[in-house]
Amino acid sequence: MTGSMNRRRFLAAAASLSAGAMVLAACSGGDDAGGGGDAPDGPVELRMVMWSANEGHHEIFNQIADAYIAENPDLVSAVSFEPLTGSGYVNALTTQIAGGDAPDLAWVSEANAAQFVQSGVLYNLQPTFSETEGYEIDDLLDGAIDVWSADGEIYGYPFSNSPFGVYVNNDLLAAAGQPNPRDLMASGEWTWDTAMEIAAAVADGTSTTGFQPSDDPFTNWNSALGAMWMSWGAAPWSEDGTECTFDSPEMVEFFDWFHSQIYDTGAVAEPGAEFDFASGQVGLRLSQLSSSTGLGDDFAWDFVPMPDGPAGTVPVVGQGGVGVVARGDNPQVAADFLAYFTNPENSALLAQFFPPPRESLLTVETLSAAAPALTEEQIQGTVIDQALVGVTKVGHVNMSEIADPVRVGLDALWVPEGDAATVMPAICEAISDSLAG
Amino acid sequence: MTAEPLGATDRKVGRTTGRRSGSSKRLARIDAAVGLSFAAPAVIGVLVLGLVPFGYVIWYSLHDWSPLIGEFNWIGLDNFTRLIADDTVWSSFLTTFKYAALLMVLNITLALGLAVLLNQKLRGTTTFRAFFFSPVIVSAVAWVLVWNYLVAANGGINGALATIGIQGPNWLRDPTWALVTVVVIQVFKGVGMNMILFLAALQNVPAELKEAARIDGARPSRVFRSITLPLISPTILLVVMITTIGAMDVFVPIQILTQGGPGRSTTVISYLLYRTAFEQQDFGYASAIGVVLFVVVLVLAALQWSSRKRWVHDEV
Repeated sequence: MTGSMNRRRFLAAAASLSAGAMVLAACSGGDDAGGGGDAPDGPVELRMVMWSANEGHHEIFNQIADAYIAENPDLVSAVSFEPLTGSGYVNALTTQIAGGDAPDLAWVSEANAAQFVQSGVLYNLQPTFSETEGYEIDDLLDGAIDVWSADGEIYGYPFSNSPFGVYVNNDLLAAAGQPNPRDLMASGEWTWDTAMEIAAAVADGTSTTGFQPSDDPFTNWNSALGAMWMSWGAAPWSEDGTECTFDSPEMVEFFDWFHSQIYDTGAVAEPGAEFDFASGQVGLRLSQLSSSTGLGDDFAWDFVPMPDGPAGTVPVVGQGGVGVVARGDNPQVAADFLAYFTNPENSALLAQFFPPPRESLLTVETLSAAAPALTEEQIQGTVIDQALVGVTKVGHVNMSEIADPVRVGLDALWVPEGDAATVMPAICEAISDSLAG
Repeated sequence: MTAEPLGATDRKVGRTTGRRSGSSKRLARIDAAVGLSFAAPAVIGVLVLGLVPFGYVIWYSLHDWSPLIGEFNWIGLDNFTRLIADDTVWSSFLTTFKYAALLMVLNITLALGLAVLLNQKLRGTTTFRAFFFSPVIVSAVAWVLVWNYLVAANGGINGALATIGIQGPNWLRDPTWALVTVVVIQVFKGVGMNMILFLAALQNVPAELKEAARIDGARPSRVFRSITLPLISPTILLVVMITTIGAMDVFVPIQILTQGGPGRSTTVISYLLYRTAFEQQDFGYASAIGVVLFVVVLVLAALQWSSRKRWVHDEV
């Protein structure tokens, strides 16, 4: 199938489908060979798509790109950074790729990494990284590139390797007469159970909520709960991704516990309720370093490591990666640019906003620039110490097929009478074919 | 006076008619050319932006197409065979019909009621009309986002209900209420347009007919039923058809408010189509769903159109 045909097919279908299979554009055109590995005749323009429209991010990206162009005027004439914001980022990216309008480089989250790597969307970066002088590939943290690798080759670089921690509204906890989490950490009592006891007390009789996961658990289950169930030693599927383990005792126990925090203790808000930590409406919120940028002095807050669960202490990181799209026009040039974009010097620049996967850059000094609102103690204890040993949140090669059936299945749990022991096996039944591939 | 042979007159007339006929044809051709030039953009638009893509959709529906992997394989009618056995598709169609039926009843009843009210010579009708029409010109996304906060479990509506001692339901997370809530939000969004259409129709009902009925002793309800309704029935047909077609491909409120949940209680067919195509990247199967949706809408529209002879005034 030629790139041109790809483009015509896709654009026509996309237009038609989105309008209920009746009306919209079928514009086509352009001979998009794509995926060429041949050397271009002259300098090319590169395009990177991302989910960030942050001006500070783009300023750094442009600074790095300008330096690269100055050093390689025969290779690249311009680099554009195209934000695709909103919850439909992956859809928009895959739509561009499918439509023969593939970007040269793209951000991908850890949840979709396996799918993008295994389906051949991403270009093999190993040769370029290995041949780039001073790249220091051994500086990358153990495990940080696991989900970006296949058969010993690297297909993406996790420019953001950010541990999950718990933001604490100290004022709300104090008003509810609850202990400070740091005191509980010191006494070894900082567990998910005590955290939820605190959260329930905060929410009791007030217009606030006690605990808020990192995303809406009722619509984005993996993003919201994926970092938590690891503390139960639970996982949604086997390591090779072929067997469903939603019905494992650990997973059932976790979901039973989480269900009781909503409907028995009231520690977690029921589905459909809206609260905002930055507005002082939440006692405890699971999130990452980047959330500190929206916090001011309106209330006293802290950022502490995740509590211990039945499986002990399990630090978890969420990753944002960047890879070269194999079907882009100039993957080899894009790989060379990416090697420059993520070399030690430029990783230090990127670390102004994103916790880096390079051990040498995991310092309080570096990360203070990324999160000026955080104290040294918070950066060291909640970010650096956790990043050094953190495991990456899971994804799956068929994530796009699995996500919706699981959401639908979990909706049977998100009612007062919901029973995890009944719901979890039903979810396994619904996704077993997708897991088997 | 000598009578001129009939044939001669006929021939004269014929020659005269022939000259006029030639001129008329030229004028007709010019008229046609002018008319076509006006219609061409719309016709070309429909062809290029409507029919051609739809032809592609039919073609794609006969293929297994996973664009992320780059596969595009002919599978004949397999997607339609799969669709027939897919309970999710049929439950989504059922949800769509429920949505459309509820929307139609509420929208048309409310629009007609408001139009009748605004057709009276009362103070403040202009303000009232603007109040109900303003949502029509508000961005659909903005409208739904605002309502998303209002109908949240701890949102404005439940807050207001709580002040009078009523605990409101979890509007968007309760399977019983979710679809109804979406419908009501959409009714308020679109009722203004239908209200204006009905108002225009009501203002065209001849006053003398109603006056005559009243003189004959008809009460207001009888006048409305026997005079007004038949005379505005063409507008009712129009509103029913555009409301039905609009309801069958509803997408924005579902995507923003419920994402098809809880469970699949608000998964309408166009939303399932979107998820199948753009989230699961199964474009061939999504195209098959699109083709079936097109046929269903076409049949519904045809049924409504063909039924007009029974109840639409002045239709033959």
